[in-house]
Amino acid sequence: MSIIQILFSFLTVLALFGAIMVLVSKNPVHSVLWLITVFFAISGHYILLNAQFLAIVNLIVYAGAIMVLFLFVIMLMNLNAESEPRKHLWMKFAGVISGGCFLMVLVSLIRQTVELTGKTVLMKEGNIGLIKNLGKALFSDYVVPFELSSVLFLSAMVGAVVIGKKD
Amino acid sequence: MTLLAFDWILMVEKLILIAIIVFASLGIALYTTFAERKVAAILQDRPGPNRAGPFGLLQPFADGLKLIMKEEIIPNSASKALFILGPGLAMTAALMTCSVIPWSSHVELFDRKIDLQIADINIGILYIFGVVSLGVYGIMIGGWASNNKFSLMAALRGASQAISYELAMGLSLIAVLMISGSLSLKTIVEEQMDAGSLWNIAYQPLGFVIFFICALAECNRTPFDLPEAENELNFGYHQEYSSMKLGFYLFSEYINMIMSSAVMACLFFGGYDIPFLNEAKLAPNIAAILGLLALLTKIVIFIFVFMWIRWTIPRFRYDQLMNVGWKKLIPLALFNMLLTGALILWKQG
Repeated sequence: MSIIQILFSFLTVLALFGAIMVLVSKNPVHSVLWLITVFFAISGHYILLNAQFLAIVNLIVYAGAIMVLFLFVIMLMNLNAESEPRKHLWMKFAGVISGGCFLMVLVSLIRQTVELTGKTVLMKEGNIGLIKNLGKALFSDYVVPFELSSVLFLSAMVGAVVIGKKD
Repeated sequence: MTLLAFDWILMVEKLILIAIIVFASLGIALYTTFAERKVAAILQDRPGPNRAGPFGLLQPFADGLKLIMKEEIIPNSASKALFILGPGLAMTAALMTCSVIPWSSHVELFDRKIDLQIADINIGILYIFGVVSLGVYGIMIGGWASNNKFSLMAALRGASQAISYELAMGLSLIAVLMISGSLSLKTIVEEQMDAGSLWNIAYQPLGFVIFFICALAECNRTPFDLPEAENELNFGYHQEYSSMKLGFYLFSEYINMIMSSAVMACLFFGGYDIPFLNEAKLAPNIAAILGLLALLTKIVIFIFVFMWIRWTIPRFRYDQLMNVGWKKLIPLALFNMLLTGALILWKQG
């Protein structure tokens, strides 16, 4: 076992454990904090894949900004374990069954994909994830989708400002 | 044994480097607290702490001992695990920045070339940005876990302030990146050291001013210390904390100050570059030591400016703070970015 495999298993266990704790935690603030742990673990995976830019942007955007806003809202609303409405048993069952079905579909899809069979992940090699190569690819090969998504962001921002206005 | 096949000597070397840098930053932070009180005293025309040791130099140790000896109180209604996690997180986030700062060039010891930087990753600036954005968790978690309305208010203030000023900070950084063309702090410093090139402050005066203001806000320093506004919030987000947990919060603020001074020195003031001196002519070890001293001098000057501002300028009102952040600094930073881009294009012809 190389150091990369050890790190991989550690991060995987951390990510899965964190994800389960997000669901199991009674207190919404704890859930958010576990979700941040999951993001850290996933960023660790990105670093193992040598996608440093993706790793750090994942941390800045998700762990650094979006999760802070989540915490913000939860703290302001002062949600507690007691104030959360109890769900019916049949709703929980329905959730488990539909989630399980979705998992089965995903797993079977991945197992059947021709492109993925017999391939191992490129660990610590391949440099498309480095910022220079990624930037070149985004601004030459994929420039139209990139600009289109930026227009989408702009319109979302304008929309947020319009909704946020009082009158 | 092939279980862990990698360069053990490199590992030991890095561990020693990490230990030195962490303890050095803690030591400097210790004396920054002392310097803060002395600077305040000078600005207010009074002697300041002068009882413990010569010129009061042992005062920070006395303060530290006092904090450690105090009784540890965890409120009954507090969320205990998070209450303890908060100060730890604040401290960790503050110390994490030091790993990408190039403290000096390299030294040669025992036939090995040792870089005085823990990790020269090619996303250095983004890493700093990421750590800064995590720094707010220490405040938020501590404030929420205390289960005190004032703490919570302060934590929310701190979080919204940090998020608002991160934007302008990032935008002012982009202009620096456009000039240097690299995200690695070492490359940025080396580019400023090249013969014939000026420090980045010469190309980015506006960017530096914006970055400096945002650094003040991110470190919760006056005039942006609203999370600690005593007259409105009693004591701020660390109201329920006592003993060394409170010490960690206060200490992490000073470490944040040191780290942001170091980052500013590296980005805008040539890092470990000594002006009007060609370091390449010196022996590498001497150049490294002189470079380290140069960087430390720049850091000390910045810290003094931080303190000078704190004891001169009163605190903003909260709406003024948001106004400056969103309506003044962000448009200014955008303008700076466009201007830099246009000038670079014009120079390329």
